[in-house]
Amino acid sequence: MQIVTDRSAAIEALGTLWRIRRFEEAVEDLYGRGMMHGTMHLSIGQEAVPTGACMALRRDDYITSTHRGHGHCIAKGADLERMMAELLAKDTGYCRGRGGSMHIADAATNNLGANGIVAGGVPIAAGAGLSAQMRGTDQVAVCFHGDGAMGEGAWHEGVVLAAMWKLPVVFLCENNLYGMSMSSAKAFPLEQLSDRANGYGIPGVTVDGNDVQAVHDAVETAVARARAGEGPTFIVAETYRWRGHSKSDKNLYRTRDEIESWRESNDPIARFEKSVLEAGTLTEADIQTVRDEVRDDLRGAVQRAAAAPDATPEGLLDAVFAPTTGAAR
Amino acid sequence: MTMQEQRSIHEGLEHPTGLGARPGAETAEMTYAEAIRDALRIAIEADPSVFLMGEDVGRYGGAFGVTGTLVDELGTDRIRDTTISELGIVGLGVGAAMTGMKPIVEIQFSDFTAQAMDQIANQAAKIHFMLGGEANVPLVIRAPGGSGTGAAAQHSQSLEAWFAHIPGLKVVMPASGDDAKGLLLAALDDPNPVMILEHKLLYKQTFEVRTGDVRTPIGKAAVRRTGGDLTIVATGVEVQRSLEAAELLAAQGIQATVVDPVTLTPLDSATILAEVVKTGRVLLVQEAVQTGGFMSEVSAIIAESEAFVHLRAPIRRLSGLDVPIPYAPQLEKAVVPQVDDIVVAATALVKEW
Ligand SMILES: Cc1ncc(C[n+]2csc(CCOP(=O)(O)OP(=O)(O)O)c2C)c(N)n1
Ligand SMILES: [Mg+2]
Repeated sequence: MQIVTDRSAAIEALGTLWRIRRFEEAVEDLYGRGMMHGTMHLSIGQEAVPTGACMALRRDDYITSTHRGHGHCIAKGADLERMMAELLAKDTGYCRGRGGSMHIADAATNNLGANGIVAGGVPIAAGAGLSAQMRGTDQVAVCFHGDGAMGEGAWHEGVVLAAMWKLPVVFLCENNLYGMSMSSAKAFPLEQLSDRANGYGIPGVTVDGNDVQAVHDAVETAVARARAGEGPTFIVAETYRWRGHSKSDKNLYRTRDEIESWRESNDPIARFEKSVLEAGTLTEADIQTVRDEVRDDLRGAVQRAAAAPDATPEGLLDAVFAPTTGAAR
Repeated sequence: MTMQEQRSIHEGLEHPTGLGARPGAETAEMTYAEAIRDALRIAIEADPSVFLMGEDVGRYGGAFGVTGTLVDELGTDRIRDTTISELGIVGLGVGAAMTGMKPIVEIQFSDFTAQAMDQIANQAAKIHFMLGGEANVPLVIRAPGGSGTGAAAQHSQSLEAWFAHIPGLKVVMPASGDDAKGLLLAALDDPNPVMILEHKLLYKQTFEVRTGDVRTPIGKAAVRRTGGDLTIVATGVEVQRSLEAAELLAAQGIQATVVDPVTLTPLDSATILAEVVKTGRVLLVQEAVQTGGFMSEVSAIIAESEAFVHLRAPIRRLSGLDVPIPYAPQLEKAVVPQVDDIVVAATALVKEW
């Protein structure tokens, strides 16, 4: 799909980019004002990855996400108000206040959920791929994960099984250069992280993760391969996390200059806007319209979420098991 | 208790009564995290075979600030940042421990011991026995547990019963800064694997802590407070909540003894039973979920002992609900015993029996 040169695709992509950015800025603000509990992991600076990737997916394709999952959730089509309500510990939130930021899933968009466990989603995505293969559908599962997840045994085992059975899975690593404080270049002494795919007998691709079109194209190719029964692909999208890992991060392991240089010269949204302007696909006025619409949508979502009833402990004990309905066969 | 008061307990600077330093040494005020850091510094400086490894323990200073700037003092050889590889971290610890080193491994949240469980349960804990005593695993595993930070179901569990169920592993739960330090140093003397379950709500609290190279004995319970009406046995952060509850109970004329087992395995049953006999009423308090919990074991030990005939009331457990820890603050509080819950349970036990 051409995004940069197609008016409606460009508007869709720009809307998603801004929805992610503005949602997370709102979260940061609410958190800073003491209105939000727990911790949060922001993906500001990484918006092009979920935006480009999800535009290569159908609504019935699956995704698995991570602790840094707001962007994946939004790009797959989640409702901003229900997301915000969850973070504000409201009964109307996606998880009725039981899960919070790290555990939002959305059945309507086949988003199998964020995950508090690094690499926890990797074998789960492979399992969704196995299910699609066994059910004879042509659905694909995209596993978003971080560079740090490549240190986990779960990553290895999920990829091994997906490769053996040629499962329709795309392992999509967002290499934002750090797993908390550990530099990915130090952790994995490879020329490119995607070289690791060689050891698993699957294709490995590296893309500019701050380029919506490039991410989209790589995922589109991998998805086509997966749908054709040719098995998984490992894609590494190079990007950068602007904010600290979480609220407790003092950024001692990287320099201010490094952060500034990514913000100033490699903002995925600024780059996308520039490219659609240069291509003549959208005008300044079109871009402003998208921004305004997102701002209004988000404002409404925050207001409605904040006004919703708080989550209550009633019924928690009944929430642990799914109700049994008798014989399954 | 209001949210404000609750917060002041967790973040306040006062160390709770009953959780001060053990006698016999000079003391200083420090946080629980600083006390652990002090122990790390003392052990690593004193013994070239001791080192720490874990995720983000170096420049970052630890997810909960335990290591702080220790890497600047001790270097990256002794304070080693690892990849995000819990099974590897513990497994390398096992191998290094079998071959002359004394590793301390930090698991960032105790929930992630799940990743490392093979190396903990099948390897570290069994090697000495399985190999007929030919090898030892002097490994120390530190991991923070507990809820109260809004980190939700995969970052808030109290898993001590998992570990207590594994013969060959010693399990300790420091409830004070002094014990956090003393138990870590004692664990390093031990030729066996020791799991230290720290509590994340305690890290920033200030305690009176012994200075220098001190020990808290492994396998010995602590009587934190004495009173004649009932005996509360509590672990982890519930020790502190029980001590606070005991003050409120005292104001109502109910006097409670509070026993902190400190070590879960090997358990100091003798001290617990002696304190139960003295009051004839026992309330067992844990943050962990009730079913299959460690306090069920304590209950059984009491029921099977002579202390049973001294009981005037049924043994009562007060535990976390059998649910994963929810995110919303009001839900998170509702599912684990708070000070008020302990007061209510203790009052009922004394009034009804
Ligand atoms: C099994 C496990 N280990 C450690 C953690 C703590 N932790 C949460 S996120 C994170 C860093 C993950 O890095 P990466 O996969 O690169 O994702 P990023 O945070 O950069 O998006 C760590 C260490 C965890 N949640 N789960
Ligand atoms: Mg990363």
